[in-house]
Amino acid sequence: MSFVLNYLKKYKIKAFLAPLFKMLEAVFELLVPLVMASIINKGIATSDTHYIIKMSGVLLLLAVVGLMFSITAQYFSAYVAVFTAAEIRQALFAKIMSLSQGTKEKIGEEVLTTRITNDINQIQNAINMVLRLFLRSPFIVGGAIVMAFIVDIKSAFIFILVVALLSIIVYFIMRYTLPRYKTIAARLEKVLHAVSENLEGSRVLRAFCQVEQEKSGFEAKTGELATMQINTGKISALLNPVTYVVVNLGIVVLIYVAMHRVDNGFILQGDVVALVNYMSQILVELIKLANLIVLLMKAFPSADRVQELMEMKSDERYFDNKLNDGLIIGGSNNPQAISIKNVSFSYNGTADMDLEDISLEIPAGSTLGIIGGTGSGKSTLLKLLNHTYDVTKGAIEIGGTNVNQFDDSYLAKCFGIVPQKAYLFSGTVRSNMEMNGSEPDDREIKSALNIAQALDFVEAKDGGIDTEVKGKGANFSGGQRQRLTIARALVGQPKYIMLDDSASALDLATEAKLKKALMNLPWHPTLIIVSQRASSVLEADQILVLDDGKCVGLGNHDKLIKDCETYQEIYYCQYPREEAVNE
Amino acid sequence: MNNKSQANILNRVLIELKSYGIQIILSIICALATVYLTLRIPILTGKAVDCIVAPGEIDYDNLIAVLQQMAVTVAATFFTQWIMNRVNNAITYSVTKSLRDRAFKKLQHMKLSQIDSHPHGDYVSRIVSDADTFADGLLMGFTQFFTGVLTILGTIYFMLMISVKIALIVIIATPLSLLLAKFISEKTYKFFGEQAKLRGTETSYIEEMITGKNIVRNMDYESRAIEEFETMNNSLRDASMKATFYSSTVNPSTRLINNIIYAAVGVFGAIMAIAGGITVGGLTSFLSYASTYAKPFNEISGVITEFQNALACAARLFEMIDAEVEVDEGEQSLNEIEGNIEFKDVFFSYDKNKKLIENLNLSVKSGQRIAIVGPTGAGKSTIINLLMRFYDIDKGQILIDGVDIRDIPINDLRQSFGMVLQETWLKNASVKDNLKMANPNATDEEIMEAAKATYAHSFIKRMPYGYDTILSSVGVSLSQGQMQLLCITRVMLNIPPMLILDEATSSIDTRTEQKIQSAFNKMMKGRTTFIVAHRLSTIREADVILFVKDGSIVEQGSHKELLQKNGFYAKLYQSQSKEESA
Repeated sequence: MSFVLNYLKKYKIKAFLAPLFKMLEAVFELLVPLVMASIINKGIATSDTHYIIKMSGVLLLLAVVGLMFSITAQYFSAYVAVFTAAEIRQALFAKIMSLSQGTKEKIGEEVLTTRITNDINQIQNAINMVLRLFLRSPFIVGGAIVMAFIVDIKSAFIFILVVALLSIIVYFIMRYTLPRYKTIAARLEKVLHAVSENLEGSRVLRAFCQVEQEKSGFEAKTGELATMQINTGKISALLNPVTYVVVNLGIVVLIYVAMHRVDNGFILQGDVVALVNYMSQILVELIKLANLIVLLMKAFPSADRVQELMEMKSDERYFDNKLNDGLIIGGSNNPQAISIKNVSFSYNGTADMDLEDISLEIPAGSTLGIIGGTGSGKSTLLKLLNHTYDVTKGAIEIGGTNVNQFDDSYLAKCFGIVPQKAYLFSGTVRSNMEMNGSEPDDREIKSALNIAQALDFVEAKDGGIDTEVKGKGANFSGGQRQRLTIARALVGQPKYIMLDDSASALDLATEAKLKKALMNLPWHPTLIIVSQRASSVLEADQILVLDDGKCVGLGNHDKLIKDCETYQEIYYCQYPREEAVNE
Repeated sequence: MNNKSQANILNRVLIELKSYGIQIILSIICALATVYLTLRIPILTGKAVDCIVAPGEIDYDNLIAVLQQMAVTVAATFFTQWIMNRVNNAITYSVTKSLRDRAFKKLQHMKLSQIDSHPHGDYVSRIVSDADTFADGLLMGFTQFFTGVLTILGTIYFMLMISVKIALIVIIATPLSLLLAKFISEKTYKFFGEQAKLRGTETSYIEEMITGKNIVRNMDYESRAIEEFETMNNSLRDASMKATFYSSTVNPSTRLINNIIYAAVGVFGAIMAIAGGITVGGLTSFLSYASTYAKPFNEISGVITEFQNALACAARLFEMIDAEVEVDEGEQSLNEIEGNIEFKDVFFSYDKNKKLIENLNLSVKSGQRIAIVGPTGAGKSTIINLLMRFYDIDKGQILIDGVDIRDIPINDLRQSFGMVLQETWLKNASVKDNLKMANPNATDEEIMEAAKATYAHSFIKRMPYGYDTILSSVGVSLSQGQMQLLCITRVMLNIPPMLILDEATSSIDTRTEQKIQSAFNKMMKGRTTFIVAHRLSTIREADVILFVKDGSIVEQGSHKELLQKNGFYAKLYQSQSKEESA
């Protein structure tokens, strides 16, 4: 919550002016009963028509000036709310961009989106309402009391009593209901999840005959929700009637007291009317205030959730000197060797390692294949190489320098990475190709597309390399998307190219052509190919065989086929022995 | 929605509400009483003021009587309002719950064709938000509308009773503020449209960047993404500013008009009071009516749209509650299933205009392994949909041990198949609870043993709480392959007499697949098994291979027979084995 105040600081003048003008408007509103009182006391009592018309002119003036003040206040509050929210949104987006992959997965994509959209909208709404009402309502209540004192001190004590009583009542009702509204929201959420989970699993649930369990489980959830709603409703249903009773009984007492005051000549008839009006104003404003508190209570958790996200550690990786040279990009023919030294890694920091004690050298310009089953740690190792994660133990060095010493944007230009899942961003083919920031010209883009076997279909489109790409690349087929992601990784001639099982959607002929092109890249990068299939890594200079996070074999195909049992299993899965012999 | 269907829905709603008849009548009585009592207070206040004219001119007895009346009226209002609120709450929440339960219940028996062809998010929002909007809009709308109209009529009546002339000023001038409010909202409408559009653009950009976050990171694109976002965010900010500010001028503007009316009432009332046409107390009551008269108008204009909206929501819920259900009329129970399955002249299609399965005949003997092969979209999974009666055939018969599957209670039929599908689905519950779905009585040892056989044990024990880890979308990220292993383990714990494996290992790597083969073999032993697969190794060992193309089985036989036949299967086999060994 407190962080919102920090953002408000920037607009402190406007944030001060908004309630100020609201208060000025309130002052004019508070003057109205006084004017009416003098109309009654002077105008009617002395039959002074001229005075009455003059006073009604004052009423009109109060109304017009009140309007101007209130519109000014609305402008400032809208300004502060909208601009503050926009800044929070901007900061939150930057924060999300800086989160580590692990944190992002832990929080979840939908949650992140909700935080930056709905939650911030709630905050914006709340700021706006607070600036407009939060000071105005207490001010009117206080002002009404002050006015009552001006009219008649003795009667005014009834106001204090009534307001005190009302505050206590509202406080206790809110204290009971507000936390329950939170529970209600949480229970409604459960109902929502139950429905969507049930729909997703309709086949499985029916196959396992879970229908009855599902129904009773759901009824229990809606039952819990309804019980809470009804119980909370019982108390919140009291709010209006109780405040009404207190204020109106206050009026009864007030009239009774005022009678004696009039009888003794302390006040006039018109003053009684003014006092009654002030009491009614208190009721209206207190109800507004109670509604505002409910709105705020909805916004507070939103603010807390946004703050929680803002306070997340940006990226828990280790950075030292931001080295941005040392690795040679483009031009030269000598990329540096990568050495992986006794590297262990665990995603959640437990003793169970996802990768354990991996050591190997990847000479400059060589080809490394990484092979292994699901969950064996292949993709994880790639993520350590380009410093997406820090190693838990050991070290990864490029040309003798620890990978965590390099500047990230520098590493991004050195590593061309093709992820497992082909993902394109909306924009154009060109904007996707320009993503790593190397500012390629048309020739370079076309050359990358050509290597990735994507040039033909891109040029066949009307827009060529400026063809529109829809969100997630929806206007391209799976195979085309995959080739475009490969091309994207080649732009800028990175010295290290990593392919994470990324040829699965390609047909055989295309894959073969692609492989050939990759093996013969003119700038001779180091190639790292991850795959589940032996065929993809057969020709690699060395193959790392992973099993359950451990290295169970390292060497070329000829060596591994002789002495690595796991490799043999994988290989013969794909090439059954009898057929392999026939080859 | 046309008037007639709206009337139908309203009718249906009234039938739904019948069981709440007494509560509704009570609520209406309370509303009537509340309106009457509330409107009496200004009159009584006016009378009281008239008793206090000046020193020595105090009508003491009358004043006490009036104050007593006020106190009683206020106390009565407390009860009528409180009872009304409570009753309305109870009706609203009970109606919502019962509608939700019934809609959800219907989902459990709804034809799968309907669930498959309908966006899931839509059903979710019907059960969650439509039920809320309906109950809120209908009941709250009804009370607001009812009390609003009564308040307006009552106010007019009381005003006319005091002074016809001043009453006319209020009655005629008040609609002006409504017109002004309408005028401003129409003008600001386009700003809201603009805001919504920009918000949409920004949200999709956010989603895109979050989903593609790892690529953004690998490309060091973050700072440029932040810049692009800033441009969008600033346009959204400017549009929001306009929409928020202009719409917030409605209240002050209408308040201005109401204040002008107040002043007019004041001046005319005072002048009339001099002439003795109205008392000071009468003027006081009048001013109080004038300042509250506009309020119900604003409420009512909102209520009508809300009410229509509520009816639309009701229609969507009723449509769901009335949906067709699966036919489950069989009474013949299956004991000791042998697993002989026969398709006799089966016709089926999803879309009546597009023929799919025609004249399918197939006879499977107990314990046989049947592989279904063919190009994507050829109808491989259709056969499974038909066997499990997720869809019913159009013509012909499917027999299990000679019994038509439609004569078997649908639960018995489904329980006799063990099913692993390509799309993995796991409950938002612990690993253990998920695995126990087929066999609630399984012991921890049995579960662990099964998980070891499917090689799921090693990654389960690495999860934060092992077998007690809750599987939800957030926090625990399992790969598709790992989820498939869990689904296989789930079936292992209680293996029914027949099996359906629809691309059950598609996301599992070849080596793990090899490792769990012995578990699979044990599972399939002696059980009739349908396998949809694309890996040749799995297909080759089947007793019967069905080659499905365009919905019909074009080839049927063992691996060897089909190779000799040199037809579709042979072609597929040759091309695939070449690919796999390239």
